[in-house]
Amino acid sequence: MGVDEPHLELRDDAGVKVVQLSGDLVTAHLGSLEHSFAKAQALTGAVRIELEGLTGIDTGGAWMVSQLRKRVAEAGGEVTLSGGAPDHIALIETVTQAAFESEMHEVVALGRWAWVEQLGKTAVAGYRAALSLISFLGQVLAGIAGALMQPHKLRWASLVTHMQDVGFSAVPIVALMGFLIGVVLGFQGASQLQQFGAEVFVVELISISVLRELGILLTAIIVAGRSGSAFTASVGSMKVQQEIDAMQTLGLDPIKVLVVPRVLALLVMLPLLGFVANLFGLFGGALMSWVSLDVSPGMFITRLHENTDVKHLIVGMVKAPFFALVIGVVACWQAFQVQGSSTSVGRRTTSSVVQGIFLVIALDALFSIFFADLGV
Amino acid sequence: MVETSQRDAVIKVRGLRNQFGPQVVHDNLDLDVWRGEVLGIVGGSGTGKSVLLRTIVGLNQPAAGSIEVLGTNVLTAPEEERRQVETRWGVAFQDGALFSALTVLQNVMAPMREHLKLSTNLMKELGGLKISLVGLPHLACDKLPSELSGGMRKRAALARALALDPQIVFLDEPTAGLDPIGAAAYDDLIGELQRALGITVFMVTHDLDSLYAICDRIAVLAEKRVLVEGPIETMTDVDHPWVQEYFTGPRARAAQVKKSGSQ
Repeated sequence: MGVDEPHLELRDDAGVKVVQLSGDLVTAHLGSLEHSFAKAQALTGAVRIELEGLTGIDTGGAWMVSQLRKRVAEAGGEVTLSGGAPDHIALIETVTQAAFESEMHEVVALGRWAWVEQLGKTAVAGYRAALSLISFLGQVLAGIAGALMQPHKLRWASLVTHMQDVGFSAVPIVALMGFLIGVVLGFQGASQLQQFGAEVFVVELISISVLRELGILLTAIIVAGRSGSAFTASVGSMKVQQEIDAMQTLGLDPIKVLVVPRVLALLVMLPLLGFVANLFGLFGGALMSWVSLDVSPGMFITRLHENTDVKHLIVGMVKAPFFALVIGVVACWQAFQVQGSSTSVGRRTTSSVVQGIFLVIALDALFSIFFADLGV
Repeated sequence: MVETSQRDAVIKVRGLRNQFGPQVVHDNLDLDVWRGEVLGIVGGSGTGKSVLLRTIVGLNQPAAGSIEVLGTNVLTAPEEERRQVETRWGVAFQDGALFSALTVLQNVMAPMREHLKLSTNLMKELGGLKISLVGLPHLACDKLPSELSGGMRKRAALARALALDPQIVFLDEPTAGLDPIGAAAYDDLIGELQRALGITVFMVTHDLDSLYAICDRIAVLAEKRVLVEGPIETMTDVDHPWVQEYFTGPRARAAQVKKSGSQ
């Protein structure tokens, strides 16, 4: 099925301007004629559109003819259609009728002050999001308190499944991460401390930084990336599928059913994972000290006992439940913000991880100031 | 162009066999779709109506057989030729399958951007025209699919299927999930567009009202093939239990009464 290239010719016939169309006026070939049509639309006075030569037309072509007629008429011209097969004319009329009354509405341009509006919108949106997050935190805390007071109402099966997903399955990656952190600290510490013969202090360097900060903080970051994203994606998909709406109509509280088991699982497992990271961090550090500084494992343990107070471990571990709460609440809150489509799930999952990690680090900074003030 | 004496088959399916593991869905299935007709495909659940549609448009590779669309064997044609044929059909899926990240207008413009060399302004105008042709309000242009009702999504899907002014439109259960008024309006719309644009419509449906209202011909899928085909009036004479039950049941009688009442 070959297509005849469409043509548009303008000529003058005793004062009447003639627009002569020929060939197959179909959408696929309109591109080459756009310019000629624009020229024809500028005609004024008496205009005749000749359709005799048309061998085919589709809605796109009919639209061009219809627009041409409309534009010329609007400018005060007199337009007539001449010739043309009945089904071509019929299509042109159908398209003319269907065309929107209103023009495509324009986006209101604000010019150079648009950023002020954008700033205001962003600020208000941020404020509302913060309020909503805090209110969600309250609901989750109330849910957890309720669950602890009536343990038989807690969804144990769900809790245990999430504990396995969040905690047990994460042990290998967290252990490896802890070990590598210990190795890196040992190696970096060794090369610096060797310069002034203070090699043996590498034990304090490793133990205090791992126990107090790095073990828990890096574990929390891994868990935010691993489990926070999983929470948002799975609960967010449920929102898209209207499962959460269904729960509410069945008298099930989505916070209790979906959020409390997930957050509780994090609350229990994050400190344990942090402890695993601490152990492997010390192990990696001890190994590196032995290899590069000849600090024997026995000496490492002795110095650890004598010079590293147990308070460092406690300071580290105290932060874990707070990190867990932040990660879990942010992830589930983001999931509840999912709207409509699956695109939204992807966007919310990204936000969940970014906000989770950011808030964990911000919280860690606050804890540092707090513990420094307390003098521990 | 349409000659009644010599019908021109736009889709020719021969000896089609579809198989999923040990389960044979179609076996030695033949089907012709004539230019300019509205063909309704009916059949019980699991008889492979949607599989047939998906196979013709190339979403499912058949185990055997040949499929010719607009003179091109779509199963063996080289990539370039296949692409050419694809621009001449439009498919509207059951739930719309609109791109969720794009607005309705952008959805309709998506195939134009890919296949046509037009200015963005003209594409916008043509997109708007398609949207108004399917009876959606102008406001719908800038909405995301998730903001539309089910019926509006179906119309938007039809607008996208019509974007390239196709010669054949495939519709998968176009009226499923619509209220009776919406479904009747959709039927009218398809009939009207079919007459105005001269397109061929291949429609999988369960809706007896649609079958009576707009289908020129019905093809019944049963026993892994096209059991019978013909105008709906001839269906009641077919001696097959499923066809008998389908076309003489209470719902069919109601649809028939409605059709004769409206004429």
